[in-house]
Amino acid sequence: MVTETSSPVFPGGATEPVVPPVAKAQVHDLNFFYGELRALKGISIPIYKHLVTALIGPSGCGKSTFLRCFNRMHDLYPNTRYDGRIVLMPDNVNILHREVDPIEVRMRIGMVFQKPNPFPKSIFENVAYGLRVRGIRNRAVLTDKVEEALRGAALWDEVKDRLAELAFNLSGGQQQRLCIARALATDPEILLFDEPTSALDPIATASIEELIADLRSKVTILIVTHNMQQAARVSDYTAYMYLGELIEFDRTQTIFVKPKKKQTEDYITGRFG
Amino acid sequence: MSQSNSLAVSSGHLAPGTALRRAPFRHLKEKLIEFVLLGAALVAVFTTIAITVVLVYESLGFFEFVSLWDFLTGTVWTPLFAEPNYGVLPLISGTLTVTAIALAVAVPMGTTIAIYLSEFAPHSVREVVKPLLELIQAVPTIVFGYFALLFVTPLLQDTIMPGLAGFNMLAAGLVIGIATVPTIASLSEDAMRAVPMSVREGAYALGAHKLGVAWKIVMPSAISGVIAAYVLAAARAIGETMIVAIAAGQNAVFTFNPTEGAATLTAFIAQVSLGDLPHGSVGYRSIFACGLVLLVMTLVLNVIGHVLRRRYREAY
Repeated sequence: MVTETSSPVFPGGATEPVVPPVAKAQVHDLNFFYGELRALKGISIPIYKHLVTALIGPSGCGKSTFLRCFNRMHDLYPNTRYDGRIVLMPDNVNILHREVDPIEVRMRIGMVFQKPNPFPKSIFENVAYGLRVRGIRNRAVLTDKVEEALRGAALWDEVKDRLAELAFNLSGGQQQRLCIARALATDPEILLFDEPTSALDPIATASIEELIADLRSKVTILIVTHNMQQAARVSDYTAYMYLGELIEFDRTQTIFVKPKKKQTEDYITGRFG
Repeated sequence: MSQSNSLAVSSGHLAPGTALRRAPFRHLKEKLIEFVLLGAALVAVFTTIAITVVLVYESLGFFEFVSLWDFLTGTVWTPLFAEPNYGVLPLISGTLTVTAIALAVAVPMGTTIAIYLSEFAPHSVREVVKPLLELIQAVPTIVFGYFALLFVTPLLQDTIMPGLAGFNMLAAGLVIGIATVPTIASLSEDAMRAVPMSVREGAYALGAHKLGVAWKIVMPSAISGVIAAYVLAAARAIGETMIVAIAAGQNAVFTFNPTEGAATLTAFIAQVSLGDLPHGSVGYRSIFACGLVLLVMTLVLNVIGHVLRRRYREAY
């Protein structure tokens, strides 16, 4: 476990006034199994509140598997097993516990996927879906929330006149921002991003990255990326994983400028991976 | 042979020109394969065209004796009588009533089964249930016909409908519905399973329950395939012959009351084809007019299905 007391480093090297990071979640000795295969091996890191934590590592290192533990996505598939704890603060509850309802977890921890996956509904209904799931029926509330979420995802100006249109009519980058709006609409405490720009062109990627930087003030972010520049650009903390193990976790600047482990350095500098 | 030959040439001799020389035999073979495949496709097309031509031609012979207006608006269908009437509405009413009952059974049941198999059933259950379900389609429809006449009708008479006629459209429709459940269930399930997992994950990640995902996300995503299944089932119900001929009787009555017996278009055609009318007579030719009506009905259904599919099509 890392006990970092100095200020978090923000993209571009700017340093915020001294505010010690507060843990939003604490991962303790997390193991995960696909049948017999141990995909995660004893991972322990803190996830700091209102900061961006990036998970990097080569393909198959378990970073997506790790991310998907946070909203119990693995529960959808047979023959999977968690072992260890992810303690969500301030509740101090292990969200992996058998008696914790995964739906309750997902009510508080949102997710944006690798490929934009809008629903076969209108733009409005896509964003409203999470609210409807939470039992919100009041039209005025829905309208307000949808607008707020679309503004939060920097999509409002582009879609405000076509909210009734089918979401598939949007471009790839817009669809991904719609998916972000969809996740934002329910006011999640943690937002999980699973390689959110891997299916997008550079311009759309830039707008998503900008958005992630802006969202930090509202929500704790955990992002998987295999684009190291992206991790360097958007994150405050970075975890480097390899073959299911956590190799190094530190402030992003430290990881990219002065990593402690040779293995991390080799990956960062492109000698490996 | 020519293939391996040209390969040897291209890898062995690197001199430009020789490596890329023509392979006439391979070209011929490809052409031949294309020709055979085209022929197979054309058989189906020509059969359809031939059927349409024969139906129209023979119907024209029929309409020389009976006006199209009388045929389409007449409510008495008695081609076998000494003074025949050729109003097709009784057959259409019978066909529509039976089809409506069948769909009222098959659509909800088939859809529910499809949702269960696609979204809820564990892999092991699906592997057993789906083939069993499809086995229903292998049951000859004449068996279903007697099942309707000798089991379903008496069952209804003994329980909820004591006054039910021996021949009735209700039993026939119910049994056709059961017979078409596998069509809807199987095709709809295929369509639902084809919905990418990522779309379901998106909904689950927002905190949705399983039923909500199945009904609000998977179902709309698969709707074009589901509608195609409904249309196919409706076409099957309209075209179903044996079950109605046996269980609904052959008495052409203009009624939409399911408790009465009535002949359908197909049942009438079957009856006449069995030899009740002399070849070449007006009554005999009426079966082609009925066939044409059937063709138009299924065509209309297909067009409706096509329009619905286009309107609700989702691209992934």
